Amino acid sequence: MKTLRIAAWSCLALVALASIFAPWLAPHGYAWQDRESFSAPPSREHWLGTDDLGRDRFARVLYGTRVSLLLAPAASLLSTLLAVLIGGVAGYCGGFWERTAMAATDLCLSLPWLFLLITVRAVLPLDVSPFTSVVVTFGVLGLLGWTSAARVLCASAKMLRSSDFLRQARAAGISAPRIFWIHVVPHLRPILAAQFWISIPVFILSEANLGILGLGVPEPMPSWGSLLREMEGLVSFREEPWKFVPLALLVAVVTAFQLILSDKEQVAA
Amino acid sequence: MKKCLLILWLLLGSLPLCAQGGEVHFCLRWEPKTFDPQRVDDDASLTVRFLTGGVLARVNRKTQLAEPELAESWKISKDSREITLKLRSGVRFSDGTPFSAEDVAFTIQRLMDPQLHSSTGDAFRSGPGAVTTKVISPTQISVTFPAPVIGLDHLLDQVAIMSKDSAKKEMAVLGPFMVAEYKAGASLHLARNPNYWKHDAQGHALPYLDGIMLDIQGNRDVELLRFQRGELDLINTLDSEYYEKLAATSPAVVHDAGPSLDSEQMWFNQVQKSPIPDYKKAWFRSTIFRQAISEAINRDDLCRIVFRGHARPAIGVLSPANRFWFNNKLNPVAYSPESALKRLTSAGFRLDQGILHDAQGHAVEFSVITNSGNKGRERMIVLMQQDLQKIGIKVSVVTLDFPALIERISQSFNYEAVLLGLSNTDLDPNGQMNVWLSSAEDHQWNPQQKTPETPWEAEIDQLMHAQASTTDAAKRKKSFDRVQEIVLEQNPFIYLITKNALSAVSLRVRGADPVAVAPQTYWNIERWTLQK
Repeated sequence: MKTLRIAAWSCLALVALASIFAPWLAPHGYAWQDRESFSAPPSREHWLGTDDLGRDRFARVLYGTRVSLLLAPAASLLSTLLAVLIGGVAGYCGGFWERTAMAATDLCLSLPWLFLLITVRAVLPLDVSPFTSVVVTFGVLGLLGWTSAARVLCASAKMLRSSDFLRQARAAGISAPRIFWIHVVPHLRPILAAQFWISIPVFILSEANLGILGLGVPEPMPSWGSLLREMEGLVSFREEPWKFVPLALLVAVVTAFQLILSDKEQVAA
Repeated sequence: MKKCLLILWLLLGSLPLCAQGGEVHFCLRWEPKTFDPQRVDDDASLTVRFLTGGVLARVNRKTQLAEPELAESWKISKDSREITLKLRSGVRFSDGTPFSAEDVAFTIQRLMDPQLHSSTGDAFRSGPGAVTTKVISPTQISVTFPAPVIGLDHLLDQVAIMSKDSAKKEMAVLGPFMVAEYKAGASLHLARNPNYWKHDAQGHALPYLDGIMLDIQGNRDVELLRFQRGELDLINTLDSEYYEKLAATSPAVVHDAGPSLDSEQMWFNQVQKSPIPDYKKAWFRSTIFRQAISEAINRDDLCRIVFRGHARPAIGVLSPANRFWFNNKLNPVAYSPESALKRLTSAGFRLDQGILHDAQGHAVEFSVITNSGNKGRERMIVLMQQDLQKIGIKVSVVTLDFPALIERISQSFNYEAVLLGLSNTDLDPNGQMNVWLSSAEDHQWNPQQKTPETPWEAEIDQLMHAQASTTDAAKRKKSFDRVQEIVLEQNPFIYLITKNALSAVSLRVRGADPVAVAPQTYWNIERWTLQK
């Protein structure tokens, strides 16, 4: 198990480093088009060949990794913070606050998030930069992703509410917000960490799904989602195995996250 | 003698064995919304109407001329308000009901009923007032319209004659096939119409096929796989990507019939009241700006890269596939970023450190919207993005779901530029009145103008009215040639490419002759046979 965890961390570190050093590793920019060599197989100049528009696939994989790996944890952090604020506080306060927060959570869970994202994209100004558009996409994912975590955190905080150490803190005259931050949140930390790690692959896959629908990261900026769109249609692994590299990378990174997560879950347990 | 017989035997043996009977199998991409031929406004229902409906005249998809069908002959009055038709005798509907002039009168009256809201009928509504029909004899009828209807004989191609008396209503048909079984969401089986009136030169009853099985299958990948497995006999329209995939393995089954009537074009928002900054409106309303953008786009690359060579740089309003109406004197816009930049400089723009600025110092950047999920259009915009970057213009790509896109271009006018395609089925320019008249709703770049806002739009209005008010084909052509010249010069639509008509037909099908005009592949299906 330990070996697997080391492998998982190494895989993530390698992928993260490669994406950070993309400008030095990639032979061309992600938007550069070699119009005389489109849909080309791997060569010395283009290690993973070129896409339908003659863009270097290796460069796009590296830059796409950067987008997905940077913004998915950021969205995960946002959703975890929201979960602790809504679920944790509701569980700790109980009564009216708990009922209201859980009703709001149920309402959010029932929202068709895909349509919500389509609506958000439709109402966004058209002249936003690709970077802003990406940040908004992941921001919306983060804003919508807190619900399940909030339920778990509410249940955990509820269990702590009647514990002796909290009664003692209240008896000592410590204010409720201070008790929450100093005494409740540290006890929820293992669950928070697990929720954070769980959400990262979920958001990576969500962005990939949005990309396949043409609603994710705008062109020419690459992301794993837009790279996976290349596999729409009939792509033969035997004929064009290099087109499967983004998929392999996605599977490797999500698996690595899951292995790390199982480690965190053990710690939480 | 023996040698001759042997040669004859060998020759006959080498010929593929074709015979009457058998069924052709292909896909409808959507569920047909109706079997009522007069309510048709979707592709699937259009296919069913074409295969089952009997018409008075049919436009030959190859020659693009109207040919007699149920009407043996017709005479159009000089003022184009009246048509007198001589009908075939002895014709019966699929259920055995006899066909007569009463059925034609019933069909026309029903078609023109405003309560029916028939888009087919709209083409005949040339002016206010009622359409009158006069049955002269069981085989002769005259139809009078309140105002001249241009291209009447071509319009008859869209009108499937319905039976006045049949209890089966729209299911009693005069076309080569009739609906035999419909499984909603799954398939539609068309059987041979036993009463079809047409025969071949040898006197054999048409169609040769026993039936057609239409599977309702929206997924194009599945359609392609099924065709490759031999489960389907044709794919009526193919994407260039799929065409290349099929061509790589079986080049004999794919057909490129040359330029189709479909084009892809971009236009800028020129609506005065639109909620975009005034300086951008000024760019978009400037002819020089639009001409420069048109010149800076490498159409050859769009055709070569996005459409794998199965498209041609668009020349203007019409495709060369529209043989009569296309203005042959026009040439495609030559790609020249240098000339584009020169034009822009003459209009006060300046290139500063790789970024183009207008006379007030605003950096030139705009967004192009298109519908999400259309890979071809997204690729086109990405190529155009790089082309325009060469003259310092920054373009952002925004993909929207279709309803949101339509809302922006037709209601809120909250967009800067849009890339969309136009599927043209009507060869006559009269069918484009709703686009070119400045007062029209579909005058997309600046619709529903009370009075034309520019002199060139006023000239187009005048030319379109002129061509619609005469029956003289030469005069009409002259007027519409000028419209094409103005559009190419003013670029309200920046026409980018004309797609080729691509299709695939199984090798077991004999007699298929794909053409550029819809329905590209099965337009002559009544004469198809299957190789045994």
